[in-house]
Amino acid sequence: MSGNKQDEDPRINGIKTKIRVVPDFPKKGIMFQDITTVLLDPKAFKDTIDLFVERYRDKNISVVAGIEARGFIFGPPIALAIGAKFVPLRKPKKLPGETIFEEYELEYGNDRLEMHVGAVEAGDRALVVDDLIATGGTLCAAINLLERVGAEVVECACVIELPELKGRQRLKGKPLCMLVEYR
Amino acid sequence: MFAAENGLKGDPRLEAISAAIRVVPNFPKKGIMFQDITTLLLDHKAFKHTIDIFVDRYKDMQISVVAGVEARGFMFGPSIALAIGAKFVPLRKPGKLPGKVISESYELEYGHDRLEMHVDAVEPLERVIIIDDLVATGGTLSAAISLMESQGAEVVECACVIGLPEVKGQHKLKGKPLYVLVEPSGLDEFC
Repeated sequence: MSGNKQDEDPRINGIKTKIRVVPDFPKKGIMFQDITTVLLDPKAFKDTIDLFVERYRDKNISVVAGIEARGFIFGPPIALAIGAKFVPLRKPKKLPGETIFEEYELEYGNDRLEMHVGAVEAGDRALVVDDLIATGGTLCAAINLLERVGAEVVECACVIELPELKGRQRLKGKPLCMLVEYR
Repeated sequence: MFAAENGLKGDPRLEAISAAIRVVPNFPKKGIMFQDITTLLLDHKAFKHTIDIFVDRYKDMQISVVAGVEARGFMFGPSIALAIGAKFVPLRKPGKLPGKVISESYELEYGHDRLEMHVDAVEPLERVIIIDDLVATGGTLSAAISLMESQGAEVVECACVIGLPEVKGQHKLKGKPLYVLVEPSGLDEFC
């Protein structure tokens, strides 16, 4: 498998039809991809998780890292199914223990992603999960955090890609697996 | 009520879950012994036990909705929902949900916060479980219950991994049953 759109599988269309597009959220001009409607359909939600689990179960993944907050919805079920640890990557000051952080750019200004020290070890094989990839800035920060502690990022997994924003090119050469494109 | 008092007394899984939770003193402020579940998520077996215990409890109760409180409720709720064939509904801080929302405010130690839910997420007469990692005063869960009831849904139970001493002895929250797996770790020397 080339790490690209799972466009042969009949489950994909069922998932795609459940994604709700909300215009002008959080601001005018943005067509927001709302996955909460996928979560309201038990079959579509299960199919989403199953597609990722089928892809990763035999790849010796030891860590699934999920990006706050929607990565927390998809990451843990995948981690549980493939026997991996789940590691939350969070906004600043949410994690209680000692953390390391990585900055990334927003449209205006910067933000930070944090990870607990000791959660991921050198040699861990990691997956990064989020609901959507746009510019790839957050995923790039996640990859940096994991690599800094000596983990190997095997792939990034997202339900939705916005290909026109070219986020795929900002993943430090790591492959992206996504289920649905929105143009 | 606590799982040990409700059919799981002596269950070794509860011991494993409790042992996997890390206590972080003085977070977010002095005097608080923070119950950190991220270490539970690093222990695949113990994390699986946590989900399995909730799934075993709810799978034959005709639950159609699992609602999870942002953000740590998101780490437990979806796996339970998937296993029992229910919808997962995220309950979020203000301004995060993109569609039309209803909201309920709740008290913090200083001031208030709000919990929001999409208006179309839950239908009347649906049977709901509300999940969070920890229950302290019950303020957030009470707000969540109000959101569900405003839509005509029935909250069957509130479920948390950890219950602080304030809730020990309480079987109900706003008239709804409360189910908790473990007490806080590492408090013995501070009581």
